[in-house]
Amino acid sequence: MTLASVGSVKTAPIGSATNVHGRSLAWLAVPALVFFIAFGVIPLIGVLALSFTTWDGIGEVIPSGLDSWRATLTNPGLPHAMWVTFQVMVLSWLFQTPMSILLGVFLAGAQKYRALYSVLYFIPLLLSSAAIAITFKALLDPNFGLGTGLALPFLNQDWLGEPTLALGVVVFVVSWQYIPFHSLIYQGAVRQIPTSMYEAAQIDGAGRIRQFFSITLPQLKNTIITSSTLMVVGSLTFFDLIYVLTAGGPGDATRVLALEMYKTGFQGNLMGPASCIAVILVVVGLLLALLFRRIGGGDETSSQLEGA
Amino acid sequence: MASAAVHGGRFRSINWAAGIFSTFWLLIVMLPIYWIVITSIKSQAEYFVTNPFVPSSEPTLDAYRLVFEAGIVRYFVNSVIVTIGAVIPAVAVSFMAAFAIIRSKPNRFIRSSNSVFLMGLAIPLQATIIPVYLIIIRLHLYDTLLALILPSIAFAIPLSVLVLSNFIRDVPNELFESMRLDGASEWQTLWRLALPLTRPALVTVTIYNALLIWNGFLLPLVLTQSPDLRVLPLALWTFQGQYGINVPAVLAAVLLSALPILALYVVGRRQLLSGLTAGFSK
Repeated sequence: MTLASVGSVKTAPIGSATNVHGRSLAWLAVPALVFFIAFGVIPLIGVLALSFTTWDGIGEVIPSGLDSWRATLTNPGLPHAMWVTFQVMVLSWLFQTPMSILLGVFLAGAQKYRALYSVLYFIPLLLSSAAIAITFKALLDPNFGLGTGLALPFLNQDWLGEPTLALGVVVFVVSWQYIPFHSLIYQGAVRQIPTSMYEAAQIDGAGRIRQFFSITLPQLKNTIITSSTLMVVGSLTFFDLIYVLTAGGPGDATRVLALEMYKTGFQGNLMGPASCIAVILVVVGLLLALLFRRIGGGDETSSQLEGA
Repeated sequence: MASAAVHGGRFRSINWAAGIFSTFWLLIVMLPIYWIVITSIKSQAEYFVTNPFVPSSEPTLDAYRLVFEAGIVRYFVNSVIVTIGAVIPAVAVSFMAAFAIIRSKPNRFIRSSNSVFLMGLAIPLQATIIPVYLIIIRLHLYDTLLALILPSIAFAIPLSVLVLSNFIRDVPNELFESMRLDGASEWQTLWRLALPLTRPALVTVTIYNALLIWNGFLLPLVLTQSPDLRVLPLALWTFQGQYGINVPAVLAAVLLSALPILALYVVGRRQLLSGLTAGFSK
């Protein structure tokens, strides 16, 4: 709509000269388009194409019909990786969402100490996943780490050696890394809730908790949907953090889909099946995004995503 | 002002629950950071015998010396080359594309370019890594820094175009019109009007992309193999493999790798945080 209005205004007063410029301007989009097609669109189509081939990562790419798909879908590693991915997705959502909302509401307040807190809260956002994983790996050392430091022996677990604990650690570290981002989003959203709503509630004698549940939370509905979409779809692509923290282990306890793809392709030299897993990742991601959009009721989510 | 009034009103009495909860989370956030800092100035021997959370009684820079001897400067330079080499072209082509999308005659080419970029927002880098690897091999770029730069540029484009075009769209059309009436070409309006007015958004996308690329791990893992070409996140990972037992050294490397970003945070916290939620909320 904006495009159309800009165009019509432009053509009116200046006439044919604008058309010349209009056409020459369009070419400004070409460099970006070339880059993005070469390393974004073609790979996306390419991954689908490669899923119907056999390739060891070094030699020739040989078309092989449905062989790779058959191998992928009959591999017991796939349902396992999907299950692990699902667990990480759901558990980290369950942990991150309430924490992020509470911290976001907290940070939206105007008190001085909250401003100081917020400076420190956002530090995890600055660190690379590799740095975070390395830090926690060392910090969770059963002999020289957290438990010893705090003199709390129950924290001296073999955190990364026990399958259940390792999964819990992954969920925790993921949350540690991303809660700041989501609280930042909630902070912005809370600040946009109209003052008058709270004033009215106060006149009606609603307390702090009541205000939270009957004003803040409903007003955050769209933000919750958007933030959840980012969390859930984003959790499909967790790779760096888990690869460095556990490498999928112990055994295959934390081997999520993205890791399964990497290991199949780049360590097992089975690029065909790895491409099948990549296709599954894309399709699941799109389905989840659509699902959340449906929950959000139409295109409100997308307009938020587009910064409108 | 308005928001201060709201929240002042909302929290008239002191909110103990919020204070305790937020302080607890602050401890969880800061404990690992604090631990990185104090451990990096312990000697290796001291690490094994002292309480992990008590600062060293005789601080030493041994860990840092080891990290420098292990060649972190090289990895640092690689990271700088890749980050600058990718961010500047990415922001430049994105700005040009955003300008074209908003200012040119809305033809089919522009419309479909726009939808390609919007679709690009949904493509996860991880899912395309295998074909990217194949393309890089075929271009004979495997194991070069350029191999990291090219895909990084591509994946920075969709969000940058989105943020910048939203911003250029907000420039009042009258400004463009009056400049045109004064005889400026569209190209001149790009340089003299759109570029200066879009500066905040340019800073935002530059910071956002720089952070992402500086911290990137998968592309270097897959597209390079020479030790000489390691960027920082990859170097950290190999450090841990090599010096895993020397925790102070590993943590010194972690700290050094984050230093430029932390410095940026100190200088431009506001831009950095708005960069992180760019395209998502204004």
